[in-house]
Amino acid sequence: MSAEALPRVAEASERGGRDRAIDIGGLILTIITFAAALAAFFPIYWAIITSVKPDGEVISGSNSLWPGRFSFDSYIHIWNNTNIAIWYVNSMVTSLIITALVIVSSAGCAYALSQLDFPGRRVIYVLILACFMVPMQALIVNHFVLMAQFKLLNSWAGIILPQLIVPVVIIVYKQFFDSVPKEFREAAQMDSAGHFKILFRIYLPMNWGVTAALAIITFIGAWNAFLWPFLAATGEATMTVPVGITQVKDAYGIVYGKQMASAVAAGLPVAIVYLIFQRRVTQAIMLSAGVKG
Amino acid sequence: MIVAGKEASHMLRDKRQEYLTALILIGPFVLIYGALFVWPTIQMALLSFTKAPLIGPGDWVGWDNYVKILGHRLFHAAFWNTAYFVLLTVIPNTLVSLAIALAVNRLKGWQQGFVLACFFLPYILPVSVVFLTWNWIIDVQYGLVQYVVRLFNGGQPISLTRTIPLFMPSVAFVTIWWTLGFNVLLFIAGLRNISPEIYEAASLDSAGRWRQFSRITWPLIWPVTALVLTIQLIAQLKIFDQVYLFSIGGRQDATIVLVQYIYKLAFQQNKGGEAASAAMLLFGMIIILSVLQYQLLRARGQK
Repeated sequence: MSAEALPRVAEASERGGRDRAIDIGGLILTIITFAAALAAFFPIYWAIITSVKPDGEVISGSNSLWPGRFSFDSYIHIWNNTNIAIWYVNSMVTSLIITALVIVSSAGCAYALSQLDFPGRRVIYVLILACFMVPMQALIVNHFVLMAQFKLLNSWAGIILPQLIVPVVIIVYKQFFDSVPKEFREAAQMDSAGHFKILFRIYLPMNWGVTAALAIITFIGAWNAFLWPFLAATGEATMTVPVGITQVKDAYGIVYGKQMASAVAAGLPVAIVYLIFQRRVTQAIMLSAGVKG
Repeated sequence: MIVAGKEASHMLRDKRQEYLTALILIGPFVLIYGALFVWPTIQMALLSFTKAPLIGPGDWVGWDNYVKILGHRLFHAAFWNTAYFVLLTVIPNTLVSLAIALAVNRLKGWQQGFVLACFFLPYILPVSVVFLTWNWIIDVQYGLVQYVVRLFNGGQPISLTRTIPLFMPSVAFVTIWWTLGFNVLLFIAGLRNISPEIYEAASLDSAGRWRQFSRITWPLIWPVTALVLTIQLIAQLKIFDQVYLFSIGGRQDATIVLVQYIYKLAFQQNKGGEAASAAMLLFGMIIILSVLQYQLLRARGQK
């Protein structure tokens, strides 16, 4: 220990001058990093600030970084003159149902793939992998035809159904169920517990963190979805928030403040979810990219 | 003998029980993926060989739609615009993300948390929020970016999304801002997996920052870089949302991308058959790339 430490101390004092030089370099790097981070955040800041400026100030060209007077007129305007309340309900309901259905169906499927032996197991696994490779954007035409046939366009069901295809959730669950030691299941089976009990009492609670991470990221994905809801909901009353705020412009007059208010309203739920569950979101992204975080 | 028979029937019942459980657990998945993935995919393949409107039957025309589309000037435009967009986003985004990840990784504690949150926050926002925000920032009349534009354009503002040569670079820039947080996360995970001992050994040899990066970090982070590149390549081939939103009210045909081409054929021109064959072509391109990505991931997993 001491024999090892000695040369290190000697060396450290020898290189003292250089270390200090590196520190200055390091400080400059830190400052640049912070400046870049603030620059990256600036557009979001600017959207928020614009949304609370009075219209006159927005188009005065002064572009001050802080509002001269706080005004919530833009928010009041979009509340009164657009269907944003209905879009919020549509987004909330569809995103929550998508999240619940995806988590439940994926956990069940992953448990069966991981723990049970049944004919057709391989076929299903290949199907999931194939699903990874097929771009949902290519399926929009036939999703639309299918939803039209069942008269589901402009309905919650029509927005929800094609978004239930999230194969990555099954894959991640399967990986985690695979790594639960077999002894847990065998012990439970000795007590003659059925597979449902084992899944809901042992496997899911043991992987509660994964479930939370997957649910959060599924919810964010569903809330943010644009292309499919944009096609499936053509009436103003059935749009989701992200679609609605891009479609309605006529009723605005001076648009900037109102558009920023609607942007802030649309981004707020996911921003809050992210800020509360930062670690889970990060974990979910790592898992879904196949990287152990 | 009797005991053995009893045991066998017991095992058989267990097996049957297991099949039944599996059926119930797999059921929802089979229903969802059968009805919303397998069935539409088959229908798409069939539709691509017919001369049909978006909704309704059509005559079987064999490969006609494919021949027509491959000779269609707008398809060529969509293909090259998409390729251009991929070129403008994938490699720049990867390099910027790696630089940010390196910068973030050397910070500690609250500093790291704060900086990372700033870079990552845009990624979780809906595309329409990103569109509205940047549409305001680059607005030709009051947008902040016009201060910079005026400097380079003799005091005159330019619409970045109505000037065709500036359209793709502008949308690519916004896309990089929006999505780099995802790549930064993957890079940081990769950087943390590099054992600090390797760096310690290198700093004893008094290797400079750049040598440390080029000799140690870059080769060791390469698998993550390859992953980031392929994920983005596939994602950007499927680009639609931003390009479509920024092009509303402009000359959309000049900046059209592949998914937008499918959208236009199906929903604006009511040509279901042709749209399906365009979708099949996109499908083919992405499957080829996905198989490559899968091989890459598997190669990493085996290490």
